[in-house]
Amino acid sequence: MRSDRSSAPLGLKIAAAAGLAFLHLPLLLIFVYAFTTEERSYQWPPPGLTLQWFAVTWNRPDVWQALGLSLKVAAISTVIAMILGTLCAAAVSRTKFFGRETISLLVILPIALPGIITGIALRSAFNLADIPFSTWTIILGHATFCVVVVYNNAVARFRRVSGSLVEASMDLGADGFQTFRHVILPNIGTALVAGGMLAFALSFDEVIVTTFTAGQQQTLPIWMLEELVRPRQRPVTNVVAMVVVLVTLLPILAAYYLTRDGDQIAGSGK
Amino acid sequence: MTTAVAFEKISRHFGTVKAVDAVDLDIREGEFFAMLGPSGSGKTTCLRLIAGFERPTAGRLSIFGERAEDVPPYRRNVNTVFQDYALFPHLNVTDNVAYGLMVKGVAKEERRRAADAALELVKLPGYGARRPGQLSGGQRQRVALARALVNRPKVLLLDEPLGALDLKLRENMQEELKALQKSLGITFVFVTHDQGEALSMADRIAVFDHGKVKQVGTPEEIYKTPNSRFVADFVGSSNVLPPDFVERHVGEKRWASLRPESVRLVAEGPGAIAATVISSAYLGGTTRLGLDVEGHRINAVLPAGEPCPADGKPVHISFARDDLHLMDEAG
Repeated sequence: MRSDRSSAPLGLKIAAAAGLAFLHLPLLLIFVYAFTTEERSYQWPPPGLTLQWFAVTWNRPDVWQALGLSLKVAAISTVIAMILGTLCAAAVSRTKFFGRETISLLVILPIALPGIITGIALRSAFNLADIPFSTWTIILGHATFCVVVVYNNAVARFRRVSGSLVEASMDLGADGFQTFRHVILPNIGTALVAGGMLAFALSFDEVIVTTFTAGQQQTLPIWMLEELVRPRQRPVTNVVAMVVVLVTLLPILAAYYLTRDGDQIAGSGK
Repeated sequence: MTTAVAFEKISRHFGTVKAVDAVDLDIREGEFFAMLGPSGSGKTTCLRLIAGFERPTAGRLSIFGERAEDVPPYRRNVNTVFQDYALFPHLNVTDNVAYGLMVKGVAKEERRRAADAALELVKLPGYGARRPGQLSGGQRQRVALARALVNRPKVLLLDEPLGALDLKLRENMQEELKALQKSLGITFVFVTHDQGEALSMADRIAVFDHGKVKQVGTPEEIYKTPNSRFVADFVGSSNVLPPDFVERHVGEKRWASLRPESVRLVAEGPGAIAATVISSAYLGGTTRLGLDVEGHRINAVLPAGEPCPADGKPVHISFARDDLHLMDEAG
């Protein structure tokens, strides 16, 4: 009998369960408060359960505005990140040039830096350049770290797409555009989509960089932050929190499933 | 006979590395041309120059009489079978083979028919629906061949196509490639480091060393009359004889080559040269003897059945003057 087939010791099982509970019980709590009848304080246990906050949320124009802005910011910065990240990954993995490794590091740096540093840096840069704070400054701020996610996904896939595939395509009569469309894109496509979804999720719930790069605009996370200090219709925030969890979780799940069997897609040519 | 590919003083330098250095070559239409040389000798770079993946730093390249230096790979009527086959992993075999026709805008039905015909040609019918990952090495190579041939190229380039195959498969493929080339009449340019492969398959061979062409000729010319020590040494197991030795026995102070099968064991007498047996290897049909002759090592091949002297035994050898090939290189 193989030892790795036997089940884990009881202590380990309990530890794992406790870890999961620690991670997820607070989330559950937030979901429960979305149904509470008490609107001023978070009272436990909830005095009663109601669905009224969903209707209230639905009818609040400020929620819709913040949600719209968040979706817009996430969508545009994802598009920017996908274009720049792919180009950057292509350059870094396809050619050898002086400073290649440095560029690779510089691209990844924004995600390693604390968001507050990125935020302060961007704010002073925008100030210095006399760029008024607007939706676009938020988008630019988000794009800085979204690029990293797309880049990381794309560069890993590029590495597995053998360089001779591009030459083979050119050899068979395809020009640069046709080669991109028929050979490169199919081979890196899932990695790009996965990177894009992660970027979207990252941007959608970003607070710190947004605080520094926004003008009067409120993205959904910022709106939630403001709402928490105001003792009015508190469960609305919880309803919105549920929406945020869903909107960010679904793309991440999809990204996971897309890259999970990526080996079959890109690695089977050799 | 028309010239398919012409190199005129073509160089391809990478910084200080002269991968290809002032090479002149004429590859004739319809011939099976081998570029033979050790790794790093420039043969693959020459192939890539013809395909268009490299541009010459100097010189003129013509393909069927047209200047080709500035023509991108996708506009050359030349196709390549890559060393690693470079099949598209996301496409099935039919779509791989039909790729060239697809990008040219050929209709789907016609592409399919042409791809099936090409697969038939490389003896892989019925494999169209498989993915490259589901094929063996030999089958992938046939797909790569079909993918190149379906475009009816004027020149087919093969980059060490048999390198990754095992011995048995390689021998079969050698015969098949040769038969295919004869029946299609397409110019084949074939890069290899295996002299046996070049000699058995090619109509003509160019021997490369350090970015230069050392000799161009038929396999027989290359084998029997190498023009330099390098060619003699690389192409066969020829004995390369130094000038002083040649001067003593033939009278001319030149480097010379002598095929092992031209060396005979004889009884002591006029013209016989004393030698000592250093080693012997039984090769089935023949026995190869290593001899020490006046301090030089000379290999001899004895036909089977001839008595084989033991190691360390003194013997006498002789060879016909005509079998000794004097090389251009002076002493």
